Amino acid sequence: MDARVSAKIQDVFEEPACEHNQNKSAKEKKKGCTKQLSPGAAAGGCAFDGAKIALQPIVDVAHLVHGPIACEGNSWDNRTSFSSGSKLYRTGFTTDINELDVIYGGEKRLFKSVKEIIEKYDPPAVFVYQTCVTALIGDDIEAVCKKASEKFGKPVIPVNAPGFVGPKNLGNKLGAEALLDYVIGTEEPDYTTPYDINIIGEYNLSGELWQIKPLLDALGVRILSCISGDGRYKEVAYSHRAKASMMVCSKSMINIARKMEERYDIPFFEGSFYGIGDMSETLREIARLLIQKGAPEDLRDRTEALIAIEEKRAFERIAAYRPRLEGKKVLLITGGVKSWSVVAALQEAGLEVVGTSVKKSTKEDKEKILEIMGQDAHMIDDMTPREMYKMLKDAQADIMLSGGRSQFIALKAKMPWLDINQERHHAYAGYEGMVELVQEIDKALYNPIWEQVRKPAPWELATASI
Amino acid sequence: MASVSESKKACTVNPLKMSQPLGACFAFMGMDNCMPMMHGSQGCTSFGLVLLVRHFKEAIPLQTTAMNEVSTILGGLENIEQAVLNIKKRANPSFIAIASTGLTETKGDDVDGYLKLIHRKHGETLAGTRIVYVSTPDYVGAFEDGWAKAVTCVVDAFAEPCEARDPQQINLLPGCHLTAADIDELREIIASFGLKAIVLPDISGSLDGHIPENFTPTTLGGTTLAEMQRMGASVATLAIGSHMSAAAMALEERSGVPYRVFERLTGLGAVDELMGYLSELSGQPVAAKYRRQRGQLQDAMLDAHFWIGSRKFAIGAEPDLLAALTWTAYEMGGEVLAAVTTTPSPVLAGLPCAEVLIGDLEDLETRAKASGCEILLTHSHGRQAAERLAIPLLRTGLPMFDRLGASHVLMVGYRGTRELITHWANSLLEAEHQAKPEDWPLNAESLAAARGMSPPASSCGSGGCGCAASPSHEQSETHLSQELQP
Ligand code: SF4
Repeated sequence: MDARVSAKIQDVFEEPACEHNQNKSAKEKKKGCTKQLSPGAAAGGCAFDGAKIALQPIVDVAHLVHGPIACEGNSWDNRTSFSSGSKLYRTGFTTDINELDVIYGGEKRLFKSVKEIIEKYDPPAVFVYQTCVTALIGDDIEAVCKKASEKFGKPVIPVNAPGFVGPKNLGNKLGAEALLDYVIGTEEPDYTTPYDINIIGEYNLSGELWQIKPLLDALGVRILSCISGDGRYKEVAYSHRAKASMMVCSKSMINIARKMEERYDIPFFEGSFYGIGDMSETLREIARLLIQKGAPEDLRDRTEALIAIEEKRAFERIAAYRPRLEGKKVLLITGGVKSWSVVAALQEAGLEVVGTSVKKSTKEDKEKILEIMGQDAHMIDDMTPREMYKMLKDAQADIMLSGGRSQFIALKAKMPWLDINQERHHAYAGYEGMVELVQEIDKALYNPIWEQVRKPAPWELATASI
Repeated sequence: MASVSESKKACTVNPLKMSQPLGACFAFMGMDNCMPMMHGSQGCTSFGLVLLVRHFKEAIPLQTTAMNEVSTILGGLENIEQAVLNIKKRANPSFIAIASTGLTETKGDDVDGYLKLIHRKHGETLAGTRIVYVSTPDYVGAFEDGWAKAVTCVVDAFAEPCEARDPQQINLLPGCHLTAADIDELREIIASFGLKAIVLPDISGSLDGHIPENFTPTTLGGTTLAEMQRMGASVATLAIGSHMSAAAMALEERSGVPYRVFERLTGLGAVDELMGYLSELSGQPVAAKYRRQRGQLQDAMLDAHFWIGSRKFAIGAEPDLLAALTWTAYEMGGEVLAAVTTTPSPVLAGLPCAEVLIGDLEDLETRAKASGCEILLTHSHGRQAAERLAIPLLRTGLPMFDRLGASHVLMVGYRGTRELITHWANSLLEAEHQAKPEDWPLNAESLAAARGMSPPASSCGSGGCGCAASPSHEQSETHLSQELQP
């Protein structure tokens, strides 16, 4: 392996702020998060996918994928990370290497590609993503990027996370490392305020950031940089001037939060925008950290006042659904979203969570689930599709909330399903988001199609006269 | 006749192309009770899976040998062995169909050799499951090539020479651009001549959007092994799309079944040819239903030609789909002024347009803009270009992720052609330019004459004839227009 990549991977695995890691032995730690995948029974994206997920939401950058057509051609413009400005991030750039490049090396094509992009699109920066084949043939993307930066006087940033070094979450962290190594701290903001924060690990899927931003705006808190949702290259480059950071749970970019604390003395907390309680906790933490760093004390009271009103409004609106949703059973299979933070909102609407996945949860998460759901919390470690299908078919649940991958398990069982993962089309963040979630559940449960699609065909009715 | 060239850019921008192994695995999905698998790192499978799920809105069976850096360097024998055993144990499919990827091809894995070893070791365990392998490096060819290679491999692996011919049975080898609806339509047409078709691969069985009684991890529906083994007994093979000719040829070599390649089945003349051929083959007349449909198509052509005639088309598609679309546009009086495709093919040079470029959607967009194209035909990724060009995008081909009903789009036969041209005409009709008061300004010369001023004799006034419009005239024109201001 490229020595630089392996050093980075070791570094990321030894992440002290990762709870997963703290509970591991030294030897386990060395092995890191790359569980040996089981051939023929594996699913999930590669490290390159993870790095791209983490960085592509920086909207004004040209994201260039160095590799054969598989990596970009099969996947470009397929995410719902929204932009309020530049659309350049949705342009698919790839070197699309051919057989000759594999034999003679693809560095020349890469350099020329960067040149073409700068001439045609003039972005503030070009990010170059390494992939499996080009890593295997030994293309040195760091060297090419360095040369191109010098030649064109523009940041050309290597993102060295070829697919085969590990899964998506490792790629998130390697992408984050590229920002730490090459971007953060390279520019200065025009001005700063005592209310400047960074939000780290938020990708603005379906515009969720915009469900949160009005709350912060109202409090006078400025998002100096969101890494990376609706982000601009410049904002990331001067994010080291923030007073505090919020790290959006999921741990996908914990290394940025922790290293920025270390390097620039920016304290951070881990929070979530999902669930009413979590949203309020997040606002409180932001206020607390900013005050700790010198913001005026009245921020605390203003925050509490805002929380009181917003919570009341949200709960009232959710409670309105109670008569319709009371006692309905939910199967909650989440990947990125922390399940317990959603459970509270569901319970508020009278829904009963009959099972929740804990595959990616930490010990602390599991305790929290027990606390909220009581001793009979049905925690599912790893459910096969067949088991999920059976559970739905046997009507042990009325609706499944999960990611797109398991969508058809529910639909083919003729049961309502709601997308709560990455590709979802609805925004579920903040107070507004939770109300929307409950609304969507209601909409799904009460759609008249369920009765129709479950109805037997006339020729299936033994006594029918037809 | 078109001149075919390749884009000279180093950087592909907005890819039109998808990878070979994905095309191969897509073909494998048309086999019954099959588990397709990419031999490579997990990400390739994950991307392919997401793409097809978003296109079909269906669960897609697709596995990976989950190669990592170390196993790549050591060779993939162990991973393939484990994967095959794992799949056998969990899903017990009739087929495990493997496509290689760029990674394992760069390393140079000898998968055929590995499979022999695996069979020797686990022959008993694997009984009842056939394994087929196709070599499809990502850095060569495109989706269409992968599909074609996979079907050829399947033919080589399972078709057998049969002693007796069944005069009622024919083989149908559809290209990757045919939808489930297209295949169903052809099956019906063939049946109307008293013939029965064995379709390989048959995605109309597996990816047509049905609701199975039980959950299965493999494909459900598609060509069965028994059908593949009976292909040798057919009286003829119909290959649809020129990329299917290699598979048809391979089938003829193995079993002696003669073949006929239909480059396309969209367009009046193309469908007439199919009908004539089937009628001759079966000795049956064309059924009344299709005679009526032919009349309906002719009528639709008469109605649609007002809207399609002389309109400028920009088309981005894989070679055989591009050919079907370009010919149909041409036959309706349209002009294809921008044509971009993914991979070389013998059909390209004969297309009725000036130029075909093997390139990307950026190339298509630039050409469409330069030549003032009025309608864009390509897959869903054309949506950004269509927005910038402000012309309608008719989503055609795969992936179609931002619309429903991809498997039910019908483009073949009289009925399919009718639907296609009607759809085009409707979009052009909707995007039609509404005349405005200022659309027909008089030229400067007429204007001056009407105002009682004589234009300079030496100039046409506008420079439009090639002369240099005289400055004095320009002055008088400015003066005039100032005069006209209220
Ligand atoms: S696994 Fe490797 S080759 Fe496949 S998509 Fe990921 S980076 Fe590309």
